[in-house]
Amino acid sequence: MNMPQNEGLKNAEKAEYDSMVSQISPKPTYLKNFLWAFVIGGLICMTGQIILNSLIKSGMDLKAAGSMTSVILIFLAALFTGLGLYDELAKKAGAGTIVPITGFANAIVASAMEFKREGYIFGVGARIFTVAGPTLVFGFVISVIIGLIKFLI
Amino acid sequence: MVPLYMSFFVGGILCLIGQMIMDFTKPKITPGHILVGYITIGAIISGLGLYQPLVDIAGAGATVPLSGFGHLLAQGAIEAADKRGVLGAFSGGVEATAAGITAAIVFGYVAAVLFNPKS
Repeated sequence: MNMPQNEGLKNAEKAEYDSMVSQISPKPTYLKNFLWAFVIGGLICMTGQIILNSLIKSGMDLKAAGSMTSVILIFLAALFTGLGLYDELAKKAGAGTIVPITGFANAIVASAMEFKREGYIFGVGARIFTVAGPTLVFGFVISVIIGLIKFLI
Repeated sequence: MVPLYMSFFVGGILCLIGQMIMDFTKPKITPGHILVGYITIGAIISGLGLYQPLVDIAGAGATVPLSGFGHLLAQGAIEAADKRGVLGAFSGGVEATAAGITAAIVFGYVAAVLFNPKS
């Protein structure tokens, strides 16, 4: 019978709690975040362009050079994540370190490293896919859908 | 060849968009969502033929972000579907991205075994 009253009380409490939280939590530093993401993200892509240009100069065709650039960037990101440096940068640069392909490598290493104590097969081996899994699932599904549409029209 | 400032600028903008999405939707959209979202949306834009022009202007500025990975998946599937039909539609995307995916898993595994988390 007094369910509605309880609900009302809950809502009031929730509103009060929310306003308290918003008072205490620091104001989001949007502008600073945006600038960091833009500059670091831009620099990572520019590094990719420098690697790509030098591979093309060494005689690789564009497609092979593109794949090789990804492999090199992924290697560097895995290394810097292992050394703990990538996550230091990520604290400031946010999406600037997540959106580039280096962010994919970082997420894989970071999640796998945490689960070493569960062993190298079902700890590290499985946890690699905490992040890689969803990405690959959606990537594969969308690519097959696009391929099938192309085949049908 | 693509000028460096263009890859910096376009790559930076793509990352800035990701940051805006995360900051304005906090805490709903996590870095994991950004990874999946960029690949999926990049593949769709590429399938519509709209991503290649960005790659032509910005080079690595468009291919290094994960939307470029989606572009690679989509173009691989499209090219292979043209040549080999249904079989191509199934194999093309993974073929085009095989080097990157394998590198991520191999280097990821080795790094996770060799190093320990800092905190």
